[in-house]
Amino acid sequence: MASLAEQFEVLSGLAKSGAHLSFGQDFFVKFYQAFLLSNRWQQYIEGVGTTLVVTAIALIIGVILGGVVALVRTAHDQQRHSHRNFLLGVVNQICKIYTTVIRGTPMMVQLLIMGMVVFASSRNFTVVGALTLGINSGAYVSEIIRGGLMGVDPGQMEAGRSLGLNYMTTMVTIVIPQAVKSILPALGNEFIILLKDTSLITVIGGKELLYAAQGVMNRTYEAMFPLLGTAVIYLILVMIFTWLLGKLEGRLRQSDRR
Amino acid sequence: MIVVKDLKKQYNGLQVLKGVNLTINKGDVVCLVGPSGCGKSTFLRCLNRLEEPDGGTVTLDGKEITEKDIDAVRAKMGMVFQHFNLFPHLTVRKNITLAPVKLKRMSQKEADQTALKLLERIGLADKADSYPNMLSGGQKQRIAIVRALAMNPEVLLFDEPTSALDPEMVGEVLELMKELAHSGMTMVVVTHEMGFAREVANRVIFIDEGKVQVDKPPQEFFKDPENPRLKAFLSKVL
Repeated sequence: MASLAEQFEVLSGLAKSGAHLSFGQDFFVKFYQAFLLSNRWQQYIEGVGTTLVVTAIALIIGVILGGVVALVRTAHDQQRHSHRNFLLGVVNQICKIYTTVIRGTPMMVQLLIMGMVVFASSRNFTVVGALTLGINSGAYVSEIIRGGLMGVDPGQMEAGRSLGLNYMTTMVTIVIPQAVKSILPALGNEFIILLKDTSLITVIGGKELLYAAQGVMNRTYEAMFPLLGTAVIYLILVMIFTWLLGKLEGRLRQSDRR
Repeated sequence: MIVVKDLKKQYNGLQVLKGVNLTINKGDVVCLVGPSGCGKSTFLRCLNRLEEPDGGTVTLDGKEITEKDIDAVRAKMGMVFQHFNLFPHLTVRKNITLAPVKLKRMSQKEADQTALKLLERIGLADKADSYPNMLSGGQKQRIAIVRALAMNPEVLLFDEPTSALDPEMVGEVLELMKELAHSGMTMVVVTHEMGFAREVANRVIFIDEGKVQVDKPPQEFFKDPENPRLKAFLSKVL
C-alpha cells in the first residue's frame, strides 16, 4: 500500500491534469493539503498555543481591571451622601467612562484602533491583541463582579461595620469571599467568550489559531478544511473548559452543604 | 453615657424621627417599644450611624459621634441584628475572633481563648468549629451576641433580636440577654417581647409618631398608662 504522501502526489497530479476525482479522492487531497502537507498541523498547534496564552493574559488583565473598577464603583455607590469623597468620585467617573466606551464599541474596532493607531509601530501583534482583549474583558468582568458584590446581603456589611471594622476590611474579609461563589460561574462564561474572541486578533496580525488557518488557505486556495478544522478545535477547547468549570462549580457547591 | 438630642431622620420625604431626645445611663437596660413603623429600629440604627441622621446629635461619653471616628465608636457599641448576620463563610470561632484580631485588640491566640470562654458561658463550646448554617436560630443569635461581646463593648444595641426566631428558641436568647443585664451591661433593646421589658428593663420607652412618648420604669409603664396611644398599643400587644 502506498504511503499517504505518495497517494497525495498521484491524486493531486491527476487533479492538475484535469482528471475528475471521486468524492473520496477529492476529500483526501484537500484534507491532506490543509493539515498534513509540509507538516501544516504544527501551525495549527502553535495557533492553539497562542490562543490559550492570549486568553490567559487577557483573562488576568480583565479580572484585575474588572476587580478594581467594580470595587471603585461599589465603594462610590455605598458612600454616605453627606460624606462623598471627591477623589473617589473622579475615579468613579473614569471607571464609568471606561465601561461605557468599551461596552459601547465593537471589539473589532477596538482591536483595529489598538493595533493600527495606538500601537501602530509595534510588531508584537499578539501582545497588543491580548492587551486589547484584556481591556475589553475588564469592562464586562467589572459588571459581573459588581453584581456579585451587590448580591451579598447588606446585613453582612452592616455586621462587619457594626463591629468597628472599616469599609475596606469588611469588604475584603466578609463581602468579597461571599461574592466569589456567585461571581465564578459568570466569570467562567466570560472566559469562554474570551477564548473564542481571541480569533479576532487575526485582523491585526496576531498569530493565533485562525491566523494559522488563514495562512494555509492562502497557500492552498482552499477554505473549507482549514476553517472547519478551526471551528472543530475551538469547539473542543470550549467543551473541555466548560467541563472543567462545571467540576469547579460542583466543588464550590459542595462546600455550601457542609 | 449616651445622650441623644433632637435626632431627626427622614426617608424620601417621610419624617420617621421627628426630634428624639433621650439619655441612656451606664447600666441602663432600656427597652424601646412601639407600633411597627414608628421609628424605633431607625432610632437604634442612628445611634451607631448605620443610618445617617438628618439632624440632631448623639454623644457617647461626652463626645459627639461623627462619621470620622465612627469605627472606633462602633467598636464600643456592639450590635445584635434581627437576622443575626453571622458570617456564613467563617466558623463560629472565626466569627467571634475576626473583629478583635483585625482591630489588633488581641492576638489570634488570645481571641481564641476569649471566644472559647464566651462559648462555654452560653454552652456552645462544642460548636466552635461549626459553620453558622449548621446551627439553629437560637444558637445563631446567641453566637451573634457573643460576637458583639468579644469586642468588650460599653453598650449593646439589640434590634429585635428575637423577632426572626421560632417561638421555642426565643427563651434561650432572652435568658442570655437577661443574664447580661444582670451582669451590669448597658443595653438598648428594640423588642416586641413585653414580658422581657417588664421583667428585665429598668426603663421602657414608648416611641410613636417619631417621638419619645413615654419613658418610665416598667411597673408604672404597664400598670396604668395615661398616654392614649400607649393605651391603645398595649391593649393590642398584651
